[in-house]
Amino acid sequence: MIRLGKQTIKLNNPPTIVNTASIVGPKESEGPLAKYFDQCLEDEFWGEKTWEKAESKIIKETVNSVISKSGIPSNDINFCFAGDLLNQCISSSFGLRELNIPFFGIFGACSTFVEGLCLASVFLDSGAANNILCATSSHFCSAEKQFRFPLELGNQRPPTAQWTVTGSGAVVVSKVGTGPYITHITPGKIVDMGIKDANNMGAAMAPAALDTLITHLNDTQRKPSYYDAIITGDLGHIGKEILIELAESKGFNIKNIYNDCGVLIFDKNSQDTHSGGSGCACIGTVFSGYFFKQLKNRKLNRILLIATGALTNATSSQQGESIPSIAHAVAIEN
Amino acid sequence: MKPIETKQEYNDYVDKKSPNSPIFKNCFNAFFVGGLICSIGQIIMDFCKFKGMDETISSTVVSIVLIAVSAILTGLNIFNKIGKFAGAGSLIPITGFANSIVSPAIEYKSEGYIMGVGGKMFTIAGPVLVFGISSSVIIGIIATLFI
Amino acid sequence: MNFLQSIDWMGLLKCFIVGGIICIIGQILIDKTKLTPARILVIYVTVGAILGGLGIYKYLIEFAGAGATVPLTGFGANLAKGAIQEVKSLGVLGAFIGGVKASAGGIAAAVFFGYLASLIAKPKIKKQ
Repeated sequence: MIRLGKQTIKLNNPPTIVNTASIVGPKESEGPLAKYFDQCLEDEFWGEKTWEKAESKIIKETVNSVISKSGIPSNDINFCFAGDLLNQCISSSFGLRELNIPFFGIFGACSTFVEGLCLASVFLDSGAANNILCATSSHFCSAEKQFRFPLELGNQRPPTAQWTVTGSGAVVVSKVGTGPYITHITPGKIVDMGIKDANNMGAAMAPAALDTLITHLNDTQRKPSYYDAIITGDLGHIGKEILIELAESKGFNIKNIYNDCGVLIFDKNSQDTHSGGSGCACIGTVFSGYFFKQLKNRKLNRILLIATGALTNATSSQQGESIPSIAHAVAIEN
Repeated sequence: MKPIETKQEYNDYVDKKSPNSPIFKNCFNAFFVGGLICSIGQIIMDFCKFKGMDETISSTVVSIVLIAVSAILTGLNIFNKIGKFAGAGSLIPITGFANSIVSPAIEYKSEGYIMGVGGKMFTIAGPVLVFGISSSVIIGIIATLFI
Repeated sequence: MNFLQSIDWMGLLKCFIVGGIICIIGQILIDKTKLTPARILVIYVTVGAILGGLGIYKYLIEFAGAGATVPLTGFGANLAKGAIQEVKSLGVLGAFIGGVKASAGGIAAAVFFGYLASLIAKPKIKKQ
């Protein structure tokens, strides 16, 4: 692998995404992408006693499913990169404690999915591994409980609020294969434009997505039109609009090929999800469920996947801190 | 649009881009539901007085009844729907205070009945008691100067 | 005379309107500021206590009845009123006793019913 420009890495032996798996909660099952997910749950507890246990079960079952779908024995999977939103990433470590695969717990908030893909690609290209598992999860109820208010509280969600996706997405990436290939990775910088409103995450994260997008295009000397689709993680309706306008102001027109997983996963009008979906599982499930199949069927051949994350917690927002954000990008091509 | 350089410019831009809450609709709902809850309180109060209770006792009965009803509605997962519709209309009356105690109690049940329910019960309403009671103590002390 | 005939409809209307207006002020705070529900409740209870301490809130209660006592400002005013009354009989010690004594019913009910609800109810997702 070689470094291009400021912060992009070009993979000389592009790793293949062998297969993906996705499990989503009931609300996502009512959304427009429902038919693409592997499994749709009927209730948020899935037979468990707590939201946290339910989330662990979701990531565990998603990982089991992707391993069996990939056809690679779990003994041959060398490493696992996983993370989630709960404190100290307990969904991943509790859900995967019986997996018996060397484990890296990673945290990039909602950007974790692509952060995992970036790290896996470098591991695979360097020869340190042959097969790697990446997984993330999030759960509306456990996230609300940790970051916001109890579910029973009679409060109103402002129109800028986003809805944490319940679900998990997992992929197996291999050194050799027939594609789709991860050809470039662009890890992002932390960007903080001073947004303090924890109910407007899309606006907080859009500048980070812009920074990574422009850096990637400059580093690779590609135009936006090189890609069939540019997809961000969870900017939602407001963040999506902001990113389009910000990119335009910098001379990049992405309007026709750009979309956001948070916009795609819910139907804003009928599901009352305000600005759209968010959470680690947002890009995790939408990529695993929808975009991977589009790549496999050659309906899309070149996509740039940019996962965005708000690097904040409940304490920092109570202390009046602004929201530092990050975005990591991977280019996936057939 | 010209490129945005500073945090201030970006914050102003985001304020402009973010949709506002439908304030007229929200205020109408808040007025209607809030007024209704108070009226229910008034009817209970009138009924207590009709039964011969004095002002103070009647007022306490009103609080207890409204709190009990809010607790039941919170437990039945109905209060949050009322709250979504009414906003301040159900938050500002004593019903909102009750809901803010009952909702964390239910939510943190998974952390046990002592530190979960007992400990987290006041995460939202605790400040109300702290500030309410502290103000009353200060007012009482000031009152001693005038009596 | 039965209870229904005894209802003061004019009083009820005043109660409805005053209670409603107090809630509208809260709604404006929710929509126009970034205040969380807990902060708004704290503002209401403190303002109520101050108005009660200054002896102003009782006029609103005389006018609107439950329209003034049911909102959280009424809870605050009641705390203040209790403290002042108790000070009259017990001196400075009353400042520590009166407030909570006057609102004991509400506080105990909230704690008790809150605990009871948690025993019976299960957390559920809001379908909104």
